Amino acid sequence: MSATPITKTSDEPEEGRGPATPPAGGRRMPKEQRFGDAGGVLNVFSHGFLVLWTVMIILPLLWIVLGSFKTDAQIGGSAWAWPANWSFSVFGRAWDKGIGGFFLNTVIVLGFSVPLTMLFGSMAAYVLARYEFPGNRFLYYLFVAGAMFPPYLALVPLFFMVRNLGMLNTYQGLILVYVAFSMPFTVFFMHSFFRTLPTAVHEAAMIDGCSHTRAFFQVMLPIAKPGLISVGIFNLLGQWNQYILPLTLMQKQSGTDHDRSVLTQGLVNLSLQQGYSGDYPALFAGMTLAMLPVLVVYLSFQRQVQSGLSAGVLK
Amino acid sequence: MRHRKYPFIIGFLIAPVGLYALLMLWPYLQTFGYSLTDWSGESSVMHFVGLKNYTTLFSDSVFQQALLHNLLLLLLLPVITILLALFFAFMLNVGGRGGTGGVQGVRGSAAYRVVFFFPQLLSIAILTVMFEGVFRSDASGLLNGILVKLGLENAQNPIEWLNDPNTVLWTVLAVTVWWWVGFYLVYFSAAMQAIPKDIYEAALLDGAGRVHTFFRITLPLLWDSLQTAWVYLAIVAMDFFAQVSTLTPGVAYGGGPDYHSEVLSTYLMRNFLYYGKSGYACAMGVVILFLTLIVSLVALRSTRRGRIEF
Repeated sequence: MSATPITKTSDEPEEGRGPATPPAGGRRMPKEQRFGDAGGVLNVFSHGFLVLWTVMIILPLLWIVLGSFKTDAQIGGSAWAWPANWSFSVFGRAWDKGIGGFFLNTVIVLGFSVPLTMLFGSMAAYVLARYEFPGNRFLYYLFVAGAMFPPYLALVPLFFMVRNLGMLNTYQGLILVYVAFSMPFTVFFMHSFFRTLPTAVHEAAMIDGCSHTRAFFQVMLPIAKPGLISVGIFNLLGQWNQYILPLTLMQKQSGTDHDRSVLTQGLVNLSLQQGYSGDYPALFAGMTLAMLPVLVVYLSFQRQVQSGLSAGVLK
Repeated sequence: MRHRKYPFIIGFLIAPVGLYALLMLWPYLQTFGYSLTDWSGESSVMHFVGLKNYTTLFSDSVFQQALLHNLLLLLLLPVITILLALFFAFMLNVGGRGGTGGVQGVRGSAAYRVVFFFPQLLSIAILTVMFEGVFRSDASGLLNGILVKLGLENAQNPIEWLNDPNTVLWTVLAVTVWWWVGFYLVYFSAAMQAIPKDIYEAALLDGAGRVHTFFRITLPLLWDSLQTAWVYLAIVAMDFFAQVSTLTPGVAYGGGPDYHSEVLSTYLMRNFLYYGKSGYACAMGVVILFLTLIVSLVALRSTRRGRIEF
């Protein structure tokens, strides 16, 4: 398959996924009736199940958001209690309790790690996809093999490696580790994407005397933008939700060390402490605050997210 | 055009490969070396102990139990998740009534697709707090609240989903399925949309119903994607660290009650950071590494079929 389906899907309106069916003639009606009506019971069951799953997803999320407006007593009481007063001060309280700091740490780390992942990942993927040299396949499989194993397997040596580099509980340490651990996924997807791009433009640029490096940055990267956006969003979501790596690498090294916890790690710590110090509404408000950015990113880019997955299918 | 090719290739590869090798490949390799020592992790002192860690490992009853749990999850997680995702994807792409055009999804399929993907966006921290609330053991928990309200459960004696040894592993499995179905729904949807519509329309003209269409057309043409999904879900099943360590009770990194939800990853982390047995944890890592490798290879080989081009 070529690159066209990818760019095409992202241009399509939400409703009309896939090519529009050509207007069929008079043969249309009876056949479709038969197709759609195959099994009324099955139909009711299937639709019911779709609705049930939707409720299973929306209900707990809504419950979290509502939780931030409840009082401590209400949260401890019946699950069906409805918030009495809609006060937004709880969000300020959650922010001051440390969510603000966690948020900032996460943004700093991701602000560097995601662009760096995309830069390094597409550089490697581009060279591996477009240039022949001895060891090309070997390097490609070396990258892709990394996706086969859960990261916690390498955790013990990784911890000591980062410690020897003096980078425990530092932003740069976590950034570099994120970049390294995102390589397999990024190289795999960008590799299949660069292979689908037309060669003609690149050749024209080379004939005009463009250097390899310039051809990459000024010709190929702009063409690869749809792929870069999809893979970038996946990396953004993946690194935002990363838990075991920051848990191991971002612990305070001494009493005076700054707390550089990222959001996931900080929230889990807060929720564990809540058992003792109990300000549940603030915790729920913190969850809501942590949920919002991803929902916004996803809802505004959901077509790229979905077509990014197709890019993987249509390699 | 060929000149200056190699300096360029090397220049482009050196940073990515270097970083990847230093922070990912090298630690994986080091795991093997450390697994042969009695290293505690605190000091730099270590002694070569040969295969002692491995022999200890196989007589360690907690390890055996964790391994058993992982194997169970390895079997159940991919099957349940793939079946659900396939069903939803089929409903949303070709399950709809005829309406005005030929083959299409049920009404509102775009909205379903967006909502079903939500869980993938939630970090483990949110999942933890959310599901602790959902599974809380009295009527203030969302699930027990509903069950009590429906009269399916005695309010005085509710099920303690995450504290009952009989339910804890299933609860964590359910959470994980809930978490991943949406992702594979979207993934399978993409694959289904790559199937040309005329194939469906031809089947429709020949009078095939929904069930036939699914088994005779969709499923065979999706085989490659199913295989990929299977491998990745198997890797998820070998992990489970985040879910178990945050949702279940236990001294360090969950696994309770009484190791009933212990998985390899939590036991590894506890040995490493809590017991200070780094060498032992590395040996565990090596075993899991090979297990994952075997699982992936088996999944890839046993599901190999002729590829259909269209």
